[in-house]
Amino acid sequence: MTNVNPLWKILLLAAVVLSGALIALPNIFGSDPAVQVSGRNRDMSADVVQTVKAAIVDAGFENVEFREEPNKFLALFTNEDDQLKARDLVAKVIDKDVTTVALNLVDASPDWLRRISQPMFLGLDLRGGVHFLMEVDMDAALANAEERFLTDWRRETRSAGIRGTAIQVKDGSLSARFRKVEQRDQMLEKFQETGGDLVFRTREDGEYAFIEANLTEAAADVERKSALDQNIVTLRNRVNELGVSEPVIQQQGLERIVVQLPGVQDTAQAKDILGATATLEYRLVYGSYADWADAENGNVPAGARLYKMRDDGSHILLNRDIIVTGDQIKDASSGIDQQSGSPAVFVNLDGAGAKRMQAVTAENVGNPMAVVYSESRVDRRMVDGVEQRIVTKTESVINFATIRDVLSHRFQTTGLDMTEANTLSLLLRAGALKAPVYIVEERTIGPSLGKENIRQGFLSALVGLALVLVFMAWYYRVFGLVAGFALVVNVVLIIAVLSMLQATLTLPGIAGIVLTTGMAVDANVLIFERIREEIRSGASVQTAIASGYEKAFITIADANVTTLIAAVVLFSMGTGAIKGFAITLCIGILTSMFTAIFGSRVLINAIYGGKRSAALSI
Amino acid sequence: MRNLISDSKFDFMGKRKLALILSSVLIVIALLAIVIRGLNLGVDFTGGYTIEVGYETAPDLDVVRSSLTDAQLPDAIVQNFGTSTDVLIRMAPPEDGSNDAKLSDSVLAALASSSESKIDLRRVEFVGPQVGEELREKGGLAVLTALFFIVVYIWFRFEKKFSVGSVLALVHDVVITVGIFALFQIEFDLTILAAILAVIGYSLNDTIVVFDRIRENFRSMRRGSPAEVMNASVNQTLSRTVITSFTTLLVLSALFLFGGKIINGFALALIVGVIVGTYSSIFVASTAVLALGITKEDLMPVEKEGADLDHIP
Repeated sequence: MTNVNPLWKILLLAAVVLSGALIALPNIFGSDPAVQVSGRNRDMSADVVQTVKAAIVDAGFENVEFREEPNKFLALFTNEDDQLKARDLVAKVIDKDVTTVALNLVDASPDWLRRISQPMFLGLDLRGGVHFLMEVDMDAALANAEERFLTDWRRETRSAGIRGTAIQVKDGSLSARFRKVEQRDQMLEKFQETGGDLVFRTREDGEYAFIEANLTEAAADVERKSALDQNIVTLRNRVNELGVSEPVIQQQGLERIVVQLPGVQDTAQAKDILGATATLEYRLVYGSYADWADAENGNVPAGARLYKMRDDGSHILLNRDIIVTGDQIKDASSGIDQQSGSPAVFVNLDGAGAKRMQAVTAENVGNPMAVVYSESRVDRRMVDGVEQRIVTKTESVINFATIRDVLSHRFQTTGLDMTEANTLSLLLRAGALKAPVYIVEERTIGPSLGKENIRQGFLSALVGLALVLVFMAWYYRVFGLVAGFALVVNVVLIIAVLSMLQATLTLPGIAGIVLTTGMAVDANVLIFERIREEIRSGASVQTAIASGYEKAFITIADANVTTLIAAVVLFSMGTGAIKGFAITLCIGILTSMFTAIFGSRVLINAIYGGKRSAALSI
Repeated sequence: MRNLISDSKFDFMGKRKLALILSSVLIVIALLAIVIRGLNLGVDFTGGYTIEVGYETAPDLDVVRSSLTDAQLPDAIVQNFGTSTDVLIRMAPPEDGSNDAKLSDSVLAALASSSESKIDLRRVEFVGPQVGEELREKGGLAVLTALFFIVVYIWFRFEKKFSVGSVLALVHDVVITVGIFALFQIEFDLTILAAILAVIGYSLNDTIVVFDRIRENFRSMRRGSPAEVMNASVNQTLSRTVITSFTTLLVLSALFLFGGKIINGFALALIVGVIVGTYSSIFVASTAVLALGITKEDLMPVEKEGADLDHIP
């Protein structure tokens, strides 16, 4: 007998439909606004959870649901007002140095279902939030590396007792100028020992002898890579400090980083914190008031640099060599200096930094040491159609004081106001950016537009689906109903696959689903038209069904492969939201092959299969 | 059996001169529009800002403009977006040294200072000039790559003449769709580009169904000139072509009407593309294959399955 389903086909279809429906189910429940509390760097203690819970319960919110997950405590609310109130409440009862509080949207489906499946992520265009594409300033990264070598060179030259040198970056190369060729040769040997990443050249020019060096290409690549990696770590830390839940921080290409912050509305603050370059440096003070006054007239000694005091703008000379930089600060917090009552930043140095601080301060008890606050800003300018970057570095001395004692790991710095101290300690905690970053693309979607997008996307999908279902049922009657069933199952399967992949649904993604709905019926139209042709040419009902499916198959496959090619190209070249369109289109094509060909056949067979004299309602 | 089109016997191939004229006219208009008027490229491709804000009550656009001028942002284009309470502000990327991404903050501050009612930030899109240029290159490359792989696939699955015919049809569709965006100066952004690629996929889908039938008929119909075989093939698949285009247009209309402003251009591009694509798979792809001199021998089955390539001279 023809067109009778073997049992396995029925079971397979049933299994796929049921499991697809189950996996797609959590998406129906949507998400609830929640307050999320989690430990910073380490796990939260049970006490913290108890305190937070008690604070929320005491406040008397209605219908609050609590969830405890590893190092994460969630309180789910029914509306956003409660969520915001609760956040402010929680912020008061936790210690912000060890615990963070963030707003989140969490899956509202019941417990048992969450163990089976999670809903799709909603893209920023559907839930609101901000997307930044940040470019790392690689020139600055390389300049930093060069500066490190120069510091080493100066130190070695000094300890070899050679005077009258000029060590600097000149015409794109590291350059050291010596008075005598022998000195040069002596130092060249030294530099080569430590400078494995450099290519050295020597040159004589009149009375001077030079060493010139450049980073090897390989070393430059390593520097770029490490600047990118280090910046990703730093940005991630900063985002955590901002208290954003489910952020995305990813490398894109060789010098860019994508940062996505769902739910963030204060983009100005986010930009300030993410791009901030504020850091501290500790240097010894050079000379005395007399030298400083002299330096103002352009007379800056070789080993010193001229700085301005932050409070009154007066000048001061500091040693060229840095004792400790912001990179070596392991932890920082802000507070009030007990003696003076002014705001202070308390810093904790890492091992290497502490060692150096100890060595330098031990040698210099009684001498003054200064704290330099530095910030760099990158501006871009179009000059004759070419983009140029201008880095403005502002450095100022926030205070200087006589070293009374040997310092090592922990000490404090004053000279900033409270807000500055807070921000600076946050930045020091999160780590400095190894090279400046600047925003080359921003996409912010406000929460109201996000909600509107979801509503409209959903509505258009429903209306589109309904129109197609009605038309198919009218035109192909029973066969049309079967095609409609296949179509609905197809949409469910697309959602199930997206949920399984934990893919992100975007507005173009919804458009992709809508478009697939229109195109997926094509397979059934092809099949049904074939069956009609067969009937017209006098084939029996059963033969018509069988050969209709068979003959249409190759056409369907050919046609779908080409759409798939376009979708795959779109996926590989597209960015963000466009990828969302491509991925739903791809998935939709694949699932439609299953539902429109296999699924509809099983149903048609079940209705008409094996009946000799059935009249087809097609 | 309900039939919109039953047993049609249109002489499509006989009308190929008319189709050629129509297509040529459309393409010339499209190309002229693209060259003379140019595409109204969105910030995705030009770099710059788009800022959308919602007011509680409809604002006076002149007031909005002057508040931006006061804030040293004189080059902003201010217009309503969809409704009278929604305002869209567009600006070119700044040429002076101000930090690019921060400009959107100053725009918002300027708007807030000039308005009594609360302003709801709906969307900010900032694309740096560098990124815009890259997206432009990438976009063009994407369309070319897609076309290339499709040509290869059809060559492999069918035959060289079909491959040429389908690409002609695709270029036809893309040029006309893009031309309509140029003619009416509708903003052309990344989503439109995605729509164009989807149009390529869709139009091809249509073309292949017809080609498939042509191949089948060349092998099964003993008698008949190539033109007759092709006519029969297009007629046999006509019902399907029309119905699928119709259902696709149904969902696209839903998307156009209910999908919101952001997706509007996307839906429009697809609607135009589907209509043009349906026309081209009937009148352009097949007639091109006929004009290239397709013969029965080109398509006779070969000994080995999938060895169609052997037939390429």
